Amino acid sequence: MYEIIEKAELAHTVYQYKIKAPLIAKKRKAGQFVVLRLNEMGERIPLTIVGSDEKEGTITIIVQEVGKSTAMLGDMTVGDSILDVVGPLGKPTHIENFGIAVCVGGGIGTAPVLPIAKAMKEAGNKVISIMGARNKGLLILENEMREASHELHVTTDDGSYGHHGFVTQVLQKFIDEGMKIGCVVGIGPVPMMRAVANVTRPYGIQTVVSLNPIMVDGTGMCGACRVTIAGKNQFVCVDGPEFNGHEVNYEELMLRNRSYIKEEKAAMEEFTYHEGSKCYERECK
Amino acid sequence: MDANEIKERMKMPRQTMPEQDPHERVRNFYEVPYGFTPEQAIAEAKRCIQCKKPLCVGGCPVNIDIPWFIRLIAEGKFIEAAHKLKETNGLPAVCGRVCPQEDQCEKVCVVGKKADAVSIGRLERFAADYEREHGEVTIPNIPKWTGKKAAVVGAGPAGLTVAGDLVKKGHKVTVFEALHTPGGVLMYGIPEFRLPKKIVQSEVEYLKRMGVEIVLNAVVGKLETIDELLADGYGAVFVGSGAGLPNFMNIPGENLSGVYSANEYLTRVNLMKAYQFPEYDTPVIRGRKVVVIGGGNTAMDSARTALRLCPEEVSIVYRRSREELPARVEEIHHGEEEGLKFKLLTNPKRFIGDHEGRLKGVECVSMELGEPDESGRRRPVEVKGSDFTIEADVAIIAIGNGANPLIPQTTPDIKVNKWGNITVNPDNGRTSKKGVFSGGDIVRGGATVILAMGDGRRAADSMDEYMRTGIW
Repeated sequence: MYEIIEKAELAHTVYQYKIKAPLIAKKRKAGQFVVLRLNEMGERIPLTIVGSDEKEGTITIIVQEVGKSTAMLGDMTVGDSILDVVGPLGKPTHIENFGIAVCVGGGIGTAPVLPIAKAMKEAGNKVISIMGARNKGLLILENEMREASHELHVTTDDGSYGHHGFVTQVLQKFIDEGMKIGCVVGIGPVPMMRAVANVTRPYGIQTVVSLNPIMVDGTGMCGACRVTIAGKNQFVCVDGPEFNGHEVNYEELMLRNRSYIKEEKAAMEEFTYHEGSKCYERECK
Repeated sequence: MDANEIKERMKMPRQTMPEQDPHERVRNFYEVPYGFTPEQAIAEAKRCIQCKKPLCVGGCPVNIDIPWFIRLIAEGKFIEAAHKLKETNGLPAVCGRVCPQEDQCEKVCVVGKKADAVSIGRLERFAADYEREHGEVTIPNIPKWTGKKAAVVGAGPAGLTVAGDLVKKGHKVTVFEALHTPGGVLMYGIPEFRLPKKIVQSEVEYLKRMGVEIVLNAVVGKLETIDELLADGYGAVFVGSGAGLPNFMNIPGENLSGVYSANEYLTRVNLMKAYQFPEYDTPVIRGRKVVVIGGGNTAMDSARTALRLCPEEVSIVYRRSREELPARVEEIHHGEEEGLKFKLLTNPKRFIGDHEGRLKGVECVSMELGEPDESGRRRPVEVKGSDFTIEADVAIIAIGNGANPLIPQTTPDIKVNKWGNITVNPDNGRTSKKGVFSGGDIVRGGATVILAMGDGRRAADSMDEYMRTGIW
């Protein structure tokens, strides 16, 4: 059992947890993830490790309620325990001094970007970050990102805060202004990662994205997380989660991520109307 | 036993094991065969002629003293029979169910030369079940601690065998398992209706009672490396990390929704209990028409699982003919009873999807058998222009596994072959790295439970010797 030590609400239905997992805290590096299982009946959920505290023996994860399992996790609080936490899984981010590293986070994707921005800064990069969300209320980790970067640019789709528009517009502006970008790290919803890759592709700027497919075991055994990279099948859990953004078949990934949309909806309805009232109330607010 | 008695025994018919009716069982996940009654077990045990030079023992990868345990059953000493089995086999209830006995002990059974072989596997199952169900599972005496401890990577058949053997030799053993449940392929791969999971867990419980420590959610290589384990005071390490990476066919459309590796499909259903969705949270696409590609035991397990989840049609697509099907005859027979269709001499060319990226059909081509290939089997070749499409919304690819790279990646001084499988001395399981042993599918690529257990047995003997003498 892995105890929840701290919980904070970062935005509507977005929570940050500190979980007791001393060995993982000691071993994990930027870019790696854990797989959680909440209870005996639970499914295995992959989540990026956002940070760790080796002394305290904790890891930090951030989760947005998008379905039954994440809603159940959202209902858990300090003192509760998660049945299984396994990790650190996946390859760590390749960190080196690229000169200028642009770190782009979209929505909840800012959470996995944060440890990479920190590591890039430590490696001597000038870190310029761009983070975006649909609106101001959905922005997370703004202060942490500001601290981890030399420069931070914030965008909102509706203009309620920062630049009115998309992260890709800011990135394009940097390129147009002649910024010598050594590497771009872009993490967020799949369409956003595809858009980031499309912006950098014509200029040949090295672009890394972190993929979030459906997974089961997370150790290479099942192949649920396979994606086509440069025309070849790769397993995100052992070959990734980070890949060259210019080589990813995003359309396929988006379709695969919708494989269980019917089942996910049914499970969520069951949970909302029959199993627990809390998330139903939250929807009504 | 005099000649007359042997003659009498040879005349006794092989006992048939009662089974769930096919029409009934295809709607549930309960075990298919019920097992022998005590009367049947005694009758079957009496068919054994107690050969002076029993060939069956040599046919068993872990060399169980088969005539002895069968004699105990014939005498009605069921518990003693179970104890006898456990001297050489830590998982008799499992092996009695999933071993291909017809290719091992029963294949060389002397009775089998003139009549049907003695049902050694079913008797093994009977004794182990009897002991468990009668609450008389006692643990053997464990010798005083040798002062040595060993680490085992992977709680599958190989690793559990090593753990049980080393504990019985007086060592301390810690097993590191990547998944949330011990058992490996016995839990995620083999279906409930062939091997009830509570049996696996009670065998694991037995090992724990003997003193084996099992650490779950521990991915060796990621959490701790093998070098760290050796530095931590483990005198020897056994790597039984299993087959890992499923093979795909590298044909178009393979990543459509509804196309699964057998590993994924079986893991969802067995380990994650997707057949009980939405009570359990993990879903699986049940489909209306299911195609399983491959002809081995994993293909049969996938197909028979699909028969229980899918209302309309499940078929096996296999590129050679019926004679070459590598699956056990018993499995093929069970599948056919349950309504499984066989599309033989058929090979998939591509998967066809709809506009949402969901599978709707498999384009196939007919094959014919040509000249024998290096495996001695006749090579299947395409019949030009024979393309046709099979309607399907689920396809399961069961064409074997590659090696999992996690351990070799993080322990580069363990030698692997060109397929990524760890190379060992087959006599003792020793790898190229001092103190590290290996066996099971990470070495063999993809074999059986009992072969993995045999590897575990040999490795455990050698680990014991190494830890006592320090001689590599």
